Amino acid sequence: MSDAGSDFSGEDGSQEDIMTPAELIAKLEETWLNERFSPELLENKSEMVECVMEQLMHMEENLQRVKKGDVKASIHRMEIDRIRFVLSSYLRSRLQKVEKFFPHVLEKEKSRSEGDPSFLSPEEFAFAKEYMANTETYLKAVALKHMPPNLQQVDMLKAVPEPCLDCFVFLRVKERQENILVEPETDDQREYVVDLDEGSQHLMRYRTIAPLVSSGAVQLI
Amino acid sequence: MHRVHTDRLCVPFHPIKCGGNEAKCEGKSELIPTIKFRHCCLLRNQRCVAAYLYDRLLRIRALRWEYGSVLPANIRFHMCAEELEWFNQYKKSLATFMRSLGGDEGLDITQDMKPPKSLYIEVRCLKDHGEFEIDDGTVILLKKNSQHFLPRWKCEQLIRQGVLEHVIS
Repeated sequence: MSDAGSDFSGEDGSQEDIMTPAELIAKLEETWLNERFSPELLENKSEMVECVMEQLMHMEENLQRVKKGDVKASIHRMEIDRIRFVLSSYLRSRLQKVEKFFPHVLEKEKSRSEGDPSFLSPEEFAFAKEYMANTETYLKAVALKHMPPNLQQVDMLKAVPEPCLDCFVFLRVKERQENILVEPETDDQREYVVDLDEGSQHLMRYRTIAPLVSSGAVQLI
Repeated sequence: MHRVHTDRLCVPFHPIKCGGNEAKCEGKSELIPTIKFRHCCLLRNQRCVAAYLYDRLLRIRALRWEYGSVLPANIRFHMCAEELEWFNQYKKSLATFMRSLGGDEGLDITQDMKPPKSLYIEVRCLKDHGEFEIDDGTVILLKKNSQHFLPRWKCEQLIRQGVLEHVIS
């Protein structure tokens, strides 16, 4: 169905690797699934979001020009609606995580060094800061100012729980991985190490495979 | 009810406020474990109050996603002024964020909450059939020779009955 996109001449050639519309949509779906199933906020993919929005605009424009009543129009309409749903769902998922873990997300962004990739887009960062300020203002105005002087602060980093990285996730292996350390060696047991074959599916602790998700070696399902 | 609740929770804090300083100044060090214990209780109460208030905020946040920017009057009645202020600020932050997405107009991510399922077809009305309601609540007037873009499964029966004709041009 994504091939409907490649009928149109809209190209997003301004990025480093030029993708066909079909590849872009496939990448969007993969990124969306990873973000949906991961317990923590993943790396920010602003360029991809921009490309998809451009693609949607091209598709909408082309749809205006198609003769009304043409059956193909409805299929293309569905395609546009589907892509918009996936994109919205992806952005919603990210925003929900930003709201849920706002002090930790902000702390991570502050302590990140220059060269490291950002987890938040500039807009998400602004949103997170506003959310934190808004919530602190509210708590202060309603409750904290009535409390004794030494209790008028709430440490947000302690008050708001961190994402649970030890939860289990389903994944499919895209690139073969060897010697993944599942359980470290302790007094009671030897270390438990597995090889992940390409195409195989597993249920593992997120913490173990987190770096593989960011590198694209596994896909969360 | 919300305001009264918070006030009652905060009242127990007041008498205890001064106790700690006095004990330190007068050198009554045997009171320190008691003061520490009281402080733990106060911290716990502070946590409870904060948890209650934050839970309300989360519900108010959910209202933006469910009802949109304008809240019904009966819900606003249950919110205090600070909560309304929080809601307005949240709305603004969200709107700024959505406007910044992609191209000129941004993307309203509070729409498209469910995957699209319906496939629409173009139909022409062969006879007057009166009003016809489709899934999202809109009412279409099926007048003879009018054309409409309607969900397929809604039309199937009418097509079978000869009221509508599927237009394939």
